[in-house]
Amino acid sequence: MKTRLTGGCVVDPAQQLNGAVQDIWFENGRIIAPPSDASPNCDIDVSGNIVMAGAIDIHSHIAGGNVNTARLLLPEQHRNFMARNLNHAFSTARWSSTEIGYRYAQMGYTTVVEPAILPVNALDAHLQMADIPIIDTAGLAILGNDDFLLRLLRAKAGQNQINDYVAWTLHATKCLGLKVINAGGANAFKANVRSFDLDDIVPDYGVSSRHILQTLQRAACDIQLPHPVHVHCNNLGIPNNVDTAIATMEAAQGLPMHLAHIQFYGYGNEGSRGFSSAAAKLIDGFNKHRNITMDVGQVLFGQTVTISGDVIAQYSRRHDATPNKWVTWDAECQGSGGVVPYRYQEKSFVNSLQWLIGLEIFLLAEDPWRLFFTTDHPNGAPFTRYPQLIRLLMDAEFRLECIAQLHPEAVAMSLLKDLKKEFSLYEVAIMTRTAAAKMLGLTDRGHLKAGAIADIAVYRPQADKEAMFSHADLVFKNGDLVVKNGEVQTRRNGTTQTIQAYFEPQIERDVQAYYDRFYNLSLHNFTVEDVSFQQPDSERFVNHACGKPYESSQTNH
Amino acid sequence: MIQITEVPSPFCGIGTDDLCIQVDGVTLKVLENGCAVNTPMFEQAITDTSPRVAGQAVSLQVAVAHAASLLKDTQLPVIGGCSTDVNGMRGLLALADRIGAVVDNMNFTGARNNFLALQDSGWMNTTLAEVKNRCDVLLVVGTDLEAFAPRFFERYLWNTEAMFIADTQQRDIIYLGKAPSGDLSTSPNGTKARVLECATTDLPEVIAVLRALVKGRPIRATSVCGIAVADLQTIADTLKAAKYGVVTWAAGALAYRQAELTVQTLSEMIKDLNNTTRCSGLPLAGKEGDQTANQVCGWTTGYPARTRFSRGYPEYDPFLNDTNVLLADGEADALVWVQAFNTNSTPPATDLPTIVIGRSGMTFAKEPDVFIPVGTPGIDHAGHAYRMDNVVAIRLKKLRDSGLPSTADVLNAIEQAM
Repeated sequence: MKTRLTGGCVVDPAQQLNGAVQDIWFENGRIIAPPSDASPNCDIDVSGNIVMAGAIDIHSHIAGGNVNTARLLLPEQHRNFMARNLNHAFSTARWSSTEIGYRYAQMGYTTVVEPAILPVNALDAHLQMADIPIIDTAGLAILGNDDFLLRLLRAKAGQNQINDYVAWTLHATKCLGLKVINAGGANAFKANVRSFDLDDIVPDYGVSSRHILQTLQRAACDIQLPHPVHVHCNNLGIPNNVDTAIATMEAAQGLPMHLAHIQFYGYGNEGSRGFSSAAAKLIDGFNKHRNITMDVGQVLFGQTVTISGDVIAQYSRRHDATPNKWVTWDAECQGSGGVVPYRYQEKSFVNSLQWLIGLEIFLLAEDPWRLFFTTDHPNGAPFTRYPQLIRLLMDAEFRLECIAQLHPEAVAMSLLKDLKKEFSLYEVAIMTRTAAAKMLGLTDRGHLKAGAIADIAVYRPQADKEAMFSHADLVFKNGDLVVKNGEVQTRRNGTTQTIQAYFEPQIERDVQAYYDRFYNLSLHNFTVEDVSFQQPDSERFVNHACGKPYESSQTNH
Repeated sequence: MIQITEVPSPFCGIGTDDLCIQVDGVTLKVLENGCAVNTPMFEQAITDTSPRVAGQAVSLQVAVAHAASLLKDTQLPVIGGCSTDVNGMRGLLALADRIGAVVDNMNFTGARNNFLALQDSGWMNTTLAEVKNRCDVLLVVGTDLEAFAPRFFERYLWNTEAMFIADTQQRDIIYLGKAPSGDLSTSPNGTKARVLECATTDLPEVIAVLRALVKGRPIRATSVCGIAVADLQTIADTLKAAKYGVVTWAAGALAYRQAELTVQTLSEMIKDLNNTTRCSGLPLAGKEGDQTANQVCGWTTGYPARTRFSRGYPEYDPFLNDTNVLLADGEADALVWVQAFNTNSTPPATDLPTIVIGRSGMTFAKEPDVFIPVGTPGIDHAGHAYRMDNVVAIRLKKLRDSGLPSTADVLNAIEQAM
């Protein structure tokens, strides 16, 4: 069936369309070129509305061990009050997998990346993602604290063997990319180390965090992962950690690298409280290192829960837990996790400054092709707050109103009040669609060119951008109408995006021999397979091609 | 007749996956790596293959239709047991949502000791491979570990090689409360575990003193519940000197009122120990799908598996949603019992309409209104089960063709028939 959306103002940076009135055609789940001779089977009038590709979230914790632990730790934070509608089971169950799919779809998001999957926890994460309806998902596999890799590095294994191990790991865990979290830190924590910097050495292995990171970065490039190694740096949340961020940019040696939730590294140590904004210094480094991409991890005020594989950072902030309960776990000689609930408050100097720093980074960066829109859900704020963040970026007057509520000392130290920039819809579309898809290597989405998956969001223009982006007028997923007037219409299965990089088969035998020595698990018995009840793996998992790692200079801007 | 190797077990909770099983038609025999927990569970014979309504054999369609009719006009049906695999729980929760039922895992009253501690103050826990490769001191509290999981010691402590333990035979094993029932905790070098015995109900007092000693608080008494304080001081010193101590307990073994306070005291003691060294908790569970039930219910509803849907959305209550309480108080008006693993785990006695989705071989003191025999995950069909430490889910294998439907098949059919 051919469907035509007529009269919409199309914002698609992939085609340099900035509000041009243009019809969009799709058929069998894909965008098609307007046929010269055929008429549509279905016409939908969207005149006066904004038409964009479905949005893509590159970093949001939506599945896996930490996420489920957070649910079970905090039942009082997500009490329910609304009965569901018929045929929308669990849709009003807050913090549920169903709610994730529904709430993202309502905002016009159609693809979300879970950025922290420990290989041994991959089956759990995929079982959970299979129960997230409507949207597509993808996972990033975590390496860098696992004994197998550190053992290879201690033995000075060749880069080829590391490359095989990384490629095999992505294959075995059905992940799209590679994540590194405070390289070596979680392993060192198990040996009672409580802080871990870029040049610190992991006990028992004699390798530095820098060496682990650079080796994995090289592997990601060598095996042609389109998404650059996705890095959670050392020293998260610590005053003056801007130096760590800059040092990490330098450690990247000109090769592509993505730095996650960089707001948490935009910190100086100036002022009477020893805590200040270093956004300008950070952005100076960002401008000098064109190989670096970043996402912000904006803080928004309210109750949330922080979840992270950076157990050193999580343990160090245990005394800040609000409410006062927290969890850490050591996971199978591969990594760790920590769950610490937290409430960001406007009256807090530190929280106010964090909010200001995030927005400073957004507004100073001036390159939406390299800077991505996240709150590091749920660490800075739940993803359901995205519409408010979009408004903060697009509406300088609203920013000033919000600044007036903040801790005055923090405001005095920030240059945000003087930043007048307002993001355009075009820039929002670059950050949340075009560049996001390109950076992930997902060529089939993030744009509205013929051949793309028909993931389309239609918004009614409103002066209040928060209202506009809270509820899309229409959302199509693979051409199916899933949201109308901001309400989910039908539940459908999403898919999970994977990549198949080449590896020598020998690595699988090496890993099994290693597991036989140190684990009690047959690799076969925790392979990621048959994860969905309703959907065969052949439909569930969609493979994407390897290719040159993302660099924004490749792109057409 | 065939032999299947590397068979994973959903029964013991510790992720045993090296069984070798002979399959002869529908008869299973564990040839290698069996244990007192796993072997009888695998070898349990199939008896019923036909569903029954009021004791009379009927087709699956008739049984499903009758089950649906019994549930149709109920106000507060209870789905108890909840002992199945991931897909079984998915089907179970979908049915519960549809009929407004209470979902209650049969081990929850034990697990509640952990959940209440978790939800009040949290904990620092570890997982089995860390125990195997790092643990130098293991403190077992109130639990006969080898009866719980007979192969625990062989697989996670007396392993010949470990990443960070030069000589695993030197590991220090200490029992507090219950004494071990056998010698599996004895090191291969002959060293016996230290045992400080007390009555299970005395554990709150003993653990409170141990925590005080770890914190360096003065204790005037010289003995507590029959244990010399000096001996407890030795345990405290051992834990403080350990590089990677582990404290383990089975929540269900702490069978006294408000045992959550014991779990909390242990968990807070572990946090205290981490001020200077590493120490972690290791709650024992994972039996017959209990961890699976809580995990799947967790991501599906946000809550553990003692949750009701009677108001059109999930509501968690660790006390009010207890099957036995709801039956005793006359609040429930129908019972669905789901137990795909254990034929000895039958529904609680009740006069309410009762539907049993149970493992073939189950026998009843009182015939339920509907009995639908189902296959067992990991024997009759493939599936997924969570290990005790939650991080690892294991793919269960299909070992034989019994023709028995899965829990998920049956529960989905009932849901569709509603």
